[in-house]
Amino acid sequence: MAKTPGGTNREGPRVSRRGLLQGSVASGAAALGNFAGGAAQAQADAQATGSTTPTVSFSINGKTQTATLDARTTLLDYLREDLDLTGTKVGCNHAQCGACTVLIDGARVNSCLTLMATLEGSEVTTIEGISDEGELHPMQQAFIDNDGFQCGYCTPGQIMSAIGCVREGHAGSAPEIREYMSGNLCRCGAYKGIVAAVEQARDQVEEAG
Amino acid sequence: MKSFAYQKPASAQAAVGMVDPMSAAGQGGAFLAGGTTVLDLMKLHVLTPDSLTDVKTLLPAGIEERDGALYVGAGTTMAAAAEHPAFRDRAPALSDALWKAASPQLRNVATLGGNVLQRTRCPYFRDVASACNKREPGSGCAATEGVNRLLAVLGTSEDCIATYAGDWANALILFDTQVEVTGPEGDRTIAFEDLHTLPGDTPAVETTLGDADLITGYLIDLPDWAWRSVYTKVRDRESYAFAVASAAVALDMEEDTIREARIGLGGVATVPWRARAAEDYLAGKTLTEETGLEAGRIAFADARGWGHNDFKIPLGQQTILRGLMEAAALTREGTQ
Ligand SMILES: Cc1cc2nc3c(=O)[nH]c(=O)nc-3n(C[C@H](O)[C@H](O)[C@H](O)COP(=O)(O)OP(=O)(O)OC[C@H]3O[C@@H](n4cnc5c(N)ncnc54)[C@H](O)[C@@H]3O)c2cc1C
Ligand code: FES
Ligand code: FES
Repeated sequence: MAKTPGGTNREGPRVSRRGLLQGSVASGAAALGNFAGGAAQAQADAQATGSTTPTVSFSINGKTQTATLDARTTLLDYLREDLDLTGTKVGCNHAQCGACTVLIDGARVNSCLTLMATLEGSEVTTIEGISDEGELHPMQQAFIDNDGFQCGYCTPGQIMSAIGCVREGHAGSAPEIREYMSGNLCRCGAYKGIVAAVEQARDQVEEAG
Repeated sequence: MKSFAYQKPASAQAAVGMVDPMSAAGQGGAFLAGGTTVLDLMKLHVLTPDSLTDVKTLLPAGIEERDGALYVGAGTTMAAAAEHPAFRDRAPALSDALWKAASPQLRNVATLGGNVLQRTRCPYFRDVASACNKREPGSGCAATEGVNRLLAVLGTSEDCIATYAGDWANALILFDTQVEVTGPEGDRTIAFEDLHTLPGDTPAVETTLGDADLITGYLIDLPDWAWRSVYTKVRDRESYAFAVASAAVALDMEEDTIREARIGLGGVATVPWRARAAEDYLAGKTLTEETGLEAGRIAFADARGWGHNDFKIPLGQQTILRGLMEAAALTREGTQ
């Protein structure tokens, strides 16, 4: 069984619509200001000159941590190999299947193509971080209610992607769900149940934000 | 993956000053934006840079009006740009080409700077055991006589038939676009049409960018009729697949008559492709199935099939016809 370090953050971080839609041009450099000062500054300086073993601070399922890692380490490797959070699955390892989908700062991404080094200040939510004290997240319950899986291998990625899909506002109809869930392949072909699950959980996930 | 140093400078200028070359000279700098091309290819040992310079948060992000044109920051994600009203309302081809590309997860991280510079999906380029002049100059091309079903029929050479894989660039090329670049000698602009270079006998060189040149944004001059534009994409499956053939089409129409047509092609060419002879033919014509197909024939007049991909020539012609018809069917409100 996977450990759930401090999995208290039921919904994970909220999506900032402003952040997603990027209405006006923002200079990215300003964002660096957040991490100026103290140890973070020393870290930033080291990374400014380059390191094969960068140090990063981030939070996973609500728990803040700092790690010094080989620059090659992907978020997927780190979750599974270092934290024993094996709910996030390895499929293709090349962003082609969606099995490794997690939320970073509320947005769904492929953890297999995410370097840990880039996660300074980020909040990661995995499948282990969405249930609340044993009570399933509405999307998890909906997958059970609608037979949204067979072997279950793709399911954690499907569920994380489905939460992202609803929050992005792309779960309006079955065709829209099919298009916007296309980044997750299911080898068992449970697609009908998956679409039904997303439709069932949509309103609850929208309300939760 | 080969070991590399991760570096995150404080500004775009600093990034230009410290970036290592990706590989041999002429192949661009080892910048990291969304990483969806660069990490994919590093895992395959196709790219082996000594360091990656992370520019993702250093690049301007967002879309705004600037001097009557549309300014698009190179750090804008594909997802944000696909949803932006400036694209959706004023030039839907620019939005369609994005939401029909990759997957929602990829689009959440991939940037428009990295997007235009994405590398080919040619299976021989991606396999370090195969001969590939693009990956290893002088090693030959395994594709011309290999499994080349998905490779190019336009703009090829004996040395390389790799398809330009991206979608958005084929729509961007419809419009007068300036690429804003920051480099060791300061800032300059490049016409988007001059960014990518034909493979010829140097397929490893793909763009006119120098080894430390950073794209910071695009200035797109949209004609007021660009609302009548579409991106028609034909794939092996309905979503989450690269184009087998695609057509970006913008039409300026007076009743049924075409005043001006612009056509960009994807999935069939070695670089983002503008079908100018077909556009010239269509000017002043009434759009019918006949004139649309003739435009398709003209666009592929110089095409060369390599065996498995011969079907792309008739498919590409039909894709142009379909794109023209879809564009013509648009109304100002965007309903068909
Ligand atoms: C499974 C899969 C399916 C895909 N399907 C599609 C598809 O259907 N259609 C499509 O169009 N694309 C598709 N893609 C490609 C995807 O869109 C690109 O990988 C992405 O847009 C690249 O952007 P990025 O920010 O991740 O670039 P990165 O990977 O960070 O960079 C790409 C290249 O550009 C360089 N670079 C990055 N930013 C800059 C800059 N500002 N200035 C100069 N150089 C820079 C990098 O050094 C690197 O060489 C797919 C990718 C995958 C993995
Ligand atoms: S393992 Fe990441 S998408 Fe397949
Ligand atoms: S349930 Fe088996 S792969 Fe989707």
